[in-house]
Amino acid sequence: MDVAGLRAEFPILGATSRGQPLHWLDNASTTQKPRAVLDAVHGFSSSWNANIHRGVYEFSERASLAYDGTRETVARFLGTGDPHEVVFTRGTTESINLVAHGFLAPGATVLVSEMEHHANIVPWQLAGARTVPIPVTDRGELDLEAAARLLADGPALLAVVHVSNALGTINPIAELVRMATAHGVPVLVDGAQAVGHFPVDVAALGCDFYCFSGHKLFGPTGVGVLWARRAHLEAMRPYQGGGDMIDIVGFDRTTFAPVPHRFEAGTPNISGVIGLDAAIRWVMAHDRDAWAAHEEALFADALAAVREIPGLRLLAEPRERVAVLTFTMDGAHPHDIASILDGEGVCIRAGHHCTQPLHRRLDVGASARASFAPYNDASDVAALVRGLRRVQELFG
Amino acid sequence: MASMDQLYQTLIIEHDRSPRNFRTLEAPTHEGRGRNPLCGDEVSLQLRLDADGRVAEVGFQGRGCAVSKASASMMTGAIQGKTVEEVRELFDAFHALLTGGEADRDRLGKLVAFEGLKTYPMRVKCATMAWHVLKEAVSHES
Repeated sequence: MDVAGLRAEFPILGATSRGQPLHWLDNASTTQKPRAVLDAVHGFSSSWNANIHRGVYEFSERASLAYDGTRETVARFLGTGDPHEVVFTRGTTESINLVAHGFLAPGATVLVSEMEHHANIVPWQLAGARTVPIPVTDRGELDLEAAARLLADGPALLAVVHVSNALGTINPIAELVRMATAHGVPVLVDGAQAVGHFPVDVAALGCDFYCFSGHKLFGPTGVGVLWARRAHLEAMRPYQGGGDMIDIVGFDRTTFAPVPHRFEAGTPNISGVIGLDAAIRWVMAHDRDAWAAHEEALFADALAAVREIPGLRLLAEPRERVAVLTFTMDGAHPHDIASILDGEGVCIRAGHHCTQPLHRRLDVGASARASFAPYNDASDVAALVRGLRRVQELFG
Repeated sequence: MASMDQLYQTLIIEHDRSPRNFRTLEAPTHEGRGRNPLCGDEVSLQLRLDADGRVAEVGFQGRGCAVSKASASMMTGAIQGKTVEEVRELFDAFHALLTGGEADRDRLGKLVAFEGLKTYPMRVKCATMAWHVLKEAVSHES
């Protein structure tokens, strides 16, 4: 694929960091934005900014059509036909909180996993649910036999990550959904890390809820999606109250707008939704198989090079995974690794990656993570390896 | 300003490899413990003040990055023989050094080597964690 051409679409990739050319390898944290997204957001803000669903004038009409039209873009992106099943949120975290608030009865049990991001653990706890984890194996994969036993106990929901942000593991969602459905257990999928790496088809997965964020899909921060089966949305309690989510407001009784508007109180992130629309269209206009093959090749090169570095240990080696390289180094704390790499313009993540239970399970306090996107190239891998060799020199 | 790489070379690595006073005390008079929830780093500190109220012994334990370990190590050296009041003044000077305030450089001595960190605000808390634990520890007897 034409990596140089793809890189040219991202103005930031020409920037420097600490005086060095930028090597952005923290894509699991957030992805950079192509000109198509930047232009869409800027164009709206500078040329036709207006609130939605309120004005009768041209700009408001146009903003409303663009905002609600994005539901159709999202529905197409997720392989579903019904735009009314698309709720806009602040991101994956709010999507999960919305379901935790509106779908669960107090005291319910939610089956999660040991590899969940805190955003797929804490909202359930705040909603009064008990979280029970599916164990993770030493390879960094879900223990499916244990999952089958735990599903047989009849939890109210299975809430599981599609792709682990910490390990890159791709979980077998369709298989988990089949197992869950056999016990009548609905399934929520945290897709934050999946949508940027491969196409997702919620109909094929068979899940009940799917959540993702715009900013991990080359879109803006502060915007995300909750996709849910319409029957669930119809049955759920509203999340926040306010303007735009109501039908008739009285002091005795208030009735609510139809779904999905019922779940979108107040003026939403209109420019963010317009940016999300641009991001999804931009992604769908590219050859995603070629992207995946390119990421895979870079990952293989990076893996081969880091295996030569003494004292570097991979946190896990899942068989099905995206291009996420998570490791520790003997004698060097992940934050020190990240600081040395930072000096070379290489941006990686260090810490527990919002997965404390997973790190406890794998018996490490923290780890370092380099995560790839299609716009990464051989120079990024070379800079990463050069930086890690420097760490090894200093700390080894 | 020193680059991070230079800081590691000249200061941090050496104390990370062989931290001073990395031990527990038999009879501490003051103790403290701190945790950085962002990175999970932990430090625990023990002090023994003598009859004159001066730091006679100090030891620290914990797990963390090289910056936090080197800072704790240097701190334990710097506070030997100091009164609680002098420890507080040293804390203020060190804190000012890393947060861009007016630091009493004479008082800090070798600790000024950490000044380079102030251009890396995300790492400043690594260097100040042990100092915050110290300040808390000397404020009440164990």
